[in-house]
Amino acid sequence: MPIEIYLNVAASGLLTGLVYGLMALGLSVIFGVVRVVNFAHGEMMTVGMYVAILAFTTLGLDPLVMMIPIAAILFVFGYLMQARMINPFINRPEHSQFMLLVAVALILVNLQLIFFGPDARGVQTSYSFDSYQIGPVIVDAAKVYAAVAALAVAGALFAFFRFTLVGKAIRACADNYQGALVVGLNVKHLYALTFGLGAACVGAAGAMLVPIIDVTPTIGPAYTLLAFVIVITGGLGSMPGALLGGVLIGVTEALGGVLFTPSAKSMFAFAILVLVLLFRPQGILGRKTS
Amino acid sequence: MTAFLQIDNLSKSFSGLKAVQNVSFTVPKGEIVGLIGPNGAGKTTCFNLIAGVYKPDEGTVTLDGKSIGGWRPDQICLAGVGRTFQIVKPFAGLSVLENVIVGALKASPSVTDAREKSKAVLERLGLWHKRNQQASELTLPERKRLEVARALATEPQILLLDEVMAGLRPTEMDTMVSVFRELNASGLTILMIEHVMRAVMTLSKKVVVLNYGKVIATGTPNVVTRDPAVLECYLGEEAL
Amino acid sequence: MIRHLLDGVPRAGIVMLLAVLAALLIAPFFVGGYLLSVLFLILYFAYVGQAWNIMMGFAGQLSLGHSLYVGLGAYGAAALYVHYGISPWIGLGASIVISGLAGAVIGFLAFRFGVAGVYFAILTIAFAEFARIGFDHFTWVAGSSGFFLPVENYRTNDFWNLRGSPTMFYYLMLGMTVAALLLCHLLLKSRVGYYWLAIRESPEAAQALGINIFKYKMYAVVLSAAMTSLAGVIFAFYYNNLFPEQIFHISRSIELILGPIIGGVGTLIGPIVGAFLLTALAEGLREVMLQIGVEVPGVKQVFYGFCLLWVVIFLPEGVWPPLAKLLGFNKPERED
Repeated sequence: MPIEIYLNVAASGLLTGLVYGLMALGLSVIFGVVRVVNFAHGEMMTVGMYVAILAFTTLGLDPLVMMIPIAAILFVFGYLMQARMINPFINRPEHSQFMLLVAVALILVNLQLIFFGPDARGVQTSYSFDSYQIGPVIVDAAKVYAAVAALAVAGALFAFFRFTLVGKAIRACADNYQGALVVGLNVKHLYALTFGLGAACVGAAGAMLVPIIDVTPTIGPAYTLLAFVIVITGGLGSMPGALLGGVLIGVTEALGGVLFTPSAKSMFAFAILVLVLLFRPQGILGRKTS
Repeated sequence: MTAFLQIDNLSKSFSGLKAVQNVSFTVPKGEIVGLIGPNGAGKTTCFNLIAGVYKPDEGTVTLDGKSIGGWRPDQICLAGVGRTFQIVKPFAGLSVLENVIVGALKASPSVTDAREKSKAVLERLGLWHKRNQQASELTLPERKRLEVARALATEPQILLLDEVMAGLRPTEMDTMVSVFRELNASGLTILMIEHVMRAVMTLSKKVVVLNYGKVIATGTPNVVTRDPAVLECYLGEEAL
Repeated sequence: MIRHLLDGVPRAGIVMLLAVLAALLIAPFFVGGYLLSVLFLILYFAYVGQAWNIMMGFAGQLSLGHSLYVGLGAYGAAALYVHYGISPWIGLGASIVISGLAGAVIGFLAFRFGVAGVYFAILTIAFAEFARIGFDHFTWVAGSSGFFLPVENYRTNDFWNLRGSPTMFYYLMLGMTVAALLLCHLLLKSRVGYYWLAIRESPEAAQALGINIFKYKMYAVVLSAAMTSLAGVIFAFYYNNLFPEQIFHISRSIELILGPIIGGVGTLIGPIVGAFLLTALAEGLREVMLQIGVEVPGVKQVFYGFCLLWVVIFLPEGVWPPLAKLLGFNKPERED
């Protein structure tokens, strides 16, 4: 096969990978700070996607425009979920926490199934069939816009954690829970804030993906898993790691789909996951916890 | 007196911090040896090195002539070492009796046999009347006794005790002391980390003092407690 | 032998269990086809929940990919039957070996490399997903188009080839569930059982008492996998069709742990109670909805989700422990 095909596929994978990275970023932030495994991550994304589709079909609003309101809605949802439901679970055994979120995921997926039905839905925007050409590489416009948006949101998140007081407070909680309590930080509120931010990320990522992929209620779990693979591969607690992991998985999947069969492409993600778990559990950019 | 447990030049660092440096001492067979020193001196690290929780960076641990450095904790237990933990680790969801049975199984061919042995051990440590209580419901002194009972049930040849007297009332302490004396009289070698001087003085024939990961004194309790280096590390230079 | 079995079990409990068993034995003579299939499902989930419980409740490893073993077991026996005419009673040997090996591999990777907690759970999901996608392309067993077992007449029961009426499968499942219960009960009273519980409660203390953690965790994982594979064999021969998308799907894995989680992880009766409650309530809900005239896919799952949520929040130990206390089954006095 000519090299251009591989380049195109890789480029496409890279762009989609950035959006995956944003989605995973949400998970990384949640797990890195609150130490809760958000098994409902992908399901929250599909909620965002359905809202985007509804907005498009009823109000004609472009999903990328809807990105902000959707992020806001999911922020509130995430905040409430952490504040009301998950906070009391901080000191419970790990499997209790998982099961809580597994239950939430189960409910979300099936509520979506009830309201939206099992058929795939997608949107066709004005730019759905546009593409850009950079040298020998041709990429979809939708993917370019999505990738740019993902970078923008990720950048905003980095800046938030780096430069704002609240962001620093959240990082403090992540580094040292007791210490944070001792210096008077309202940890519960900060945790809720973090969960809200993570949810907002995943909602935004969903809105960005709507022009690119079709939604069914059942893709939620697949994306939760993907987010985990990315976060673990890129490194827990590392924000650049999440993006890097996303790109890595995006490119691998895309190339794998072309080199082997398309339907087998997620097998590569799993193979990478197993290898990482075995040989470098802290991920590529993660810090080794003692 | 043959050395039952011999530590030679034991060293262990954690991320550059030297927890234990060139520590050497022996525990003669059938004796009670005390291991004392200020907090952070490396006493529990020594225990963890002997019991196989950590691998030594340098040095050897010899048990009855066999080199056990680098062995797994369960292998070391099978070789005859019983240990308690400074922060007690009871099997919280199991009853007192069940806790001890787990230990007794190491030295018993069947569960029935283990149960018999557990009864004896529990009676010796005065916990038989609580045998059906959940371990999580015990008070701290009782948990410490359970910890000792469980380790004893494995029928060790040497028992490593990590601060088992802390928090006990004087009467409880006296009972423990007499239990250890009895066990020692029937051949059990004991190495005990203790802060409670009373117990160390009455029980040990030999004391090893650690400070900042190094041995600073060895000898009988009387000699060691008068050693200026030892006094300095406990009371500070100015107190001398 | 009987004495050993009954040692430590409260008399009221034995009476209750026997009563339930008796009711289940005569049930097929009194209930119709639909209810019988519901009872079958209850027993299926009770059995598979019990098998899963060994890995989680006894060895403390959360597996969210148990559908892997169901699927491997199902495909193993089914393939041997369809391609070579080998009876499932012999074929299940292959199922056990394949699933046991899969469990051993996962266990080995996890324990040797220190993969625990969340990471272990994700590892198990990854393997199940790997199998799901892999089997989609496994043409010897028809891949994604579905593997079908030849369905013959239901007039006669061919027990050897597991071709027969639902009633036959019902009794088989009942037998398996009773056997699983007895096995777990005996294991818990044995050295293995004590060691498992010790590892679950405090691995470090267990090691200090001479327990080889790796060995015993492997036992739990392999046993759990092997037992689960038998459920897969039944699944294959009862439903007569296998689709990788369905049998290896993560929702199957989640479904089979609902029973033990709701009933009580780590307890003996928990998975059974959980399976009964869940299935009974779900079918009740379905009846109600049918009466109202509503038939929407997904409602049952939402219901399961809420049940799970409720139990996780308010009854962290499951339904059985508080129920047992209510019924007066306290920790039994051991024979001294």
